[in-house]
Amino acid sequence: MSDASGGIAVGSLLLALLGGAMRVSTPFLFVSLGECITEKSGRINLGLEGTLVFGAMSGYGVAYLTGSPWLGILAAGGSGLLLGVMHGLLCSLPRVNDIAVGIAMMLFGTGLAFFLGKPLIQPVAPTLPSLVLGGWSSNTQIQEALRINVLLPIGIVLAFALRWAFVHTRWGLALRLVGDNAAAARALGYPVIPVRIAATAVGGFLAGIGGAFLSLYYPGSWNEGLSSGQGLMAVALVIFARWDPVRCALAALLFGAAGALGPALQSQGMTSGYYLFNAAPYVLTLILMSMSWSSGRSLAGAPGELSLVNR
Amino acid sequence: MTDSKHSPDRRKVIQLIGGAGAAAMVQMLPFGAGLARAAEKFTVGVIYVGSRDDFGYNQSHAQAAAYIKKLPGIEVVEEERVPETIDVEKTMEAMINEDGAQMIFATSFGYFNPYVLKMAKKYPNVRFAHCGGLWSKGMPTNIGSFFGYIDECEYLSGIAAAATSKSKKLGFVAAKPIPQVLRNINAFLLGARSVDPKATVSVIFTGDWSLPVKEAEAANSLIDQGVDVLTCHVDSPKVVIETAERRGIYSCGFHVNQAVLAPKGYLTGAEWEWKTPYVILVDNAESGKPMINFLRGGLREGFVKTSAFGPAVSPATRKISMAVKAKMLQDEFVIFKGPLRDNTGKTVIASGVALSQQNPVLESMNYLVDGVIGQI
Repeated sequence: MSDASGGIAVGSLLLALLGGAMRVSTPFLFVSLGECITEKSGRINLGLEGTLVFGAMSGYGVAYLTGSPWLGILAAGGSGLLLGVMHGLLCSLPRVNDIAVGIAMMLFGTGLAFFLGKPLIQPVAPTLPSLVLGGWSSNTQIQEALRINVLLPIGIVLAFALRWAFVHTRWGLALRLVGDNAAAARALGYPVIPVRIAATAVGGFLAGIGGAFLSLYYPGSWNEGLSSGQGLMAVALVIFARWDPVRCALAALLFGAAGALGPALQSQGMTSGYYLFNAAPYVLTLILMSMSWSSGRSLAGAPGELSLVNR
Repeated sequence: MTDSKHSPDRRKVIQLIGGAGAAAMVQMLPFGAGLARAAEKFTVGVIYVGSRDDFGYNQSHAQAAAYIKKLPGIEVVEEERVPETIDVEKTMEAMINEDGAQMIFATSFGYFNPYVLKMAKKYPNVRFAHCGGLWSKGMPTNIGSFFGYIDECEYLSGIAAAATSKSKKLGFVAAKPIPQVLRNINAFLLGARSVDPKATVSVIFTGDWSLPVKEAEAANSLIDQGVDVLTCHVDSPKVVIETAERRGIYSCGFHVNQAVLAPKGYLTGAEWEWKTPYVILVDNAESGKPMINFLRGGLREGFVKTSAFGPAVSPATRKISMAVKAKMLQDEFVIFKGPLRDNTGKTVIASGVALSQQNPVLESMNYLVDGVIGQI
């Protein structure tokens, strides 16, 4: 440790945080974008944690069986879509609470994934290729920090596209209307329930892809401890981002960076209090939640039909 | 728990249907009657904290369970993914009452206190073999704790690591700072320093036994700091070994052989050979001898073994490593001997003191030796 007396190397720490943001944020990003679409329609899908885990398992399985990680991504999205449709249909029954269904779907998704994923723990599936954006630098740490997966830029572009589409397209308007005022939407002839089911299905599709990122790119293998609550944190993140896809993307990057804090500090020899640093993403969730819920106008931007709002 | 073969809840239901009386009767049966029923077979229950095929700790135990399953007259019942909570108590009771298990292998560290201790008092005629615990006088005598001196293999891994490393910076991804983990880290460092006195080992504690994303982050952070050999002590080394291979550095395995995950960079590894203690304990129980309360062994006793060398290990390094291993097999090698300082400068083993592997002091190790970068 050349800089043991001066504490930690700040530059290297910042690079580590950047690397963490690039590596870890993609599942947060996809799940939160999916949840954003679902919540815009007036429903909450807490089951996305289960969708994420199931997507990770099915993506890994299909990639292993077919030899193509891209087919794995597709399969993960497809299975997420099915789980989304299931949630959407169940919630459309009279007097069914979407939060309760979400919790049930979460347990169902993870349980089924563990059951079907038993034989997939051992095999090694092909992983997704990465883009090397840091080739210009001779510093290996910069090169590594900028080694990203193509899903990350896709997700960021998607975030901007969604923000635009919510405002400027007919679909976006229908989605927001259904989510803000079901009665008005009905009066205008929009099919409320089909729109919500479709929104939940698309949300599930994206969450499934987020799961496949975990098993097919980083950390890049299937096992039962793969998701440590990323799906649930992403749901909280949507509320923090006030239902804005671009802010979802920023928050996802922030969470990724926070997750890298603990290991980055420890690798530089600063290991006291590592439990605290490892808890950084969760602490961040709590702080952001309490900040965004405390003020009177905190719910600005919340879809009017959301069961969180209509208490 | 959709995946477990023996769901405690299901058993509970069966028990209720069968009537509390019947359940109580099973418990009241004297040991002799239990033996009579099992005259032709001896039932052994094995409990794992994770998946049996995790390329790691649980797999190493499952391999031993599969081995004793093939022995004549032995029946094995298993349950995976049992948390270190009251759940393990339910699983043990279910195995004893429903499957007639006469012996239980509780393989995870956290099962011992208080769950195994409690069950051993309640079922004095069942034998409880716990992996990793420290049995001491006053505890029920139907408990046996067994473990392997895998730090011997870690020392040998350290030799291969430091001799192959170019940066002389080695990395260790660890779960929790418990004595067994610290002993492995320290042995790895001492092995490394035996070939290069400047070698260091940087440690990252992830905080739990299985956190794949955090393990990958830890591995990447260490590699970013210039570490070029990685090893680990987590339940499943798969992520760490794969990350090392992907980033083109070397790795040393743990628990079982992971060479297939890193064909280029795998140097060697520290593996368990649990079938040795399993067979000793089961034979002992079948022939009615008293339970062995404290069972330990290393390379010499066949409780642990090393992975075959990978292609990156030079012939000269193999020679050094094999010479030390030969001494260990003769019981002529001491890993922890004074003078030894920890990484805060405090003397932990005084000059002239040599702690042999069997010394129980080593099983309460609470320091990182000089050369390890990290804090507990």
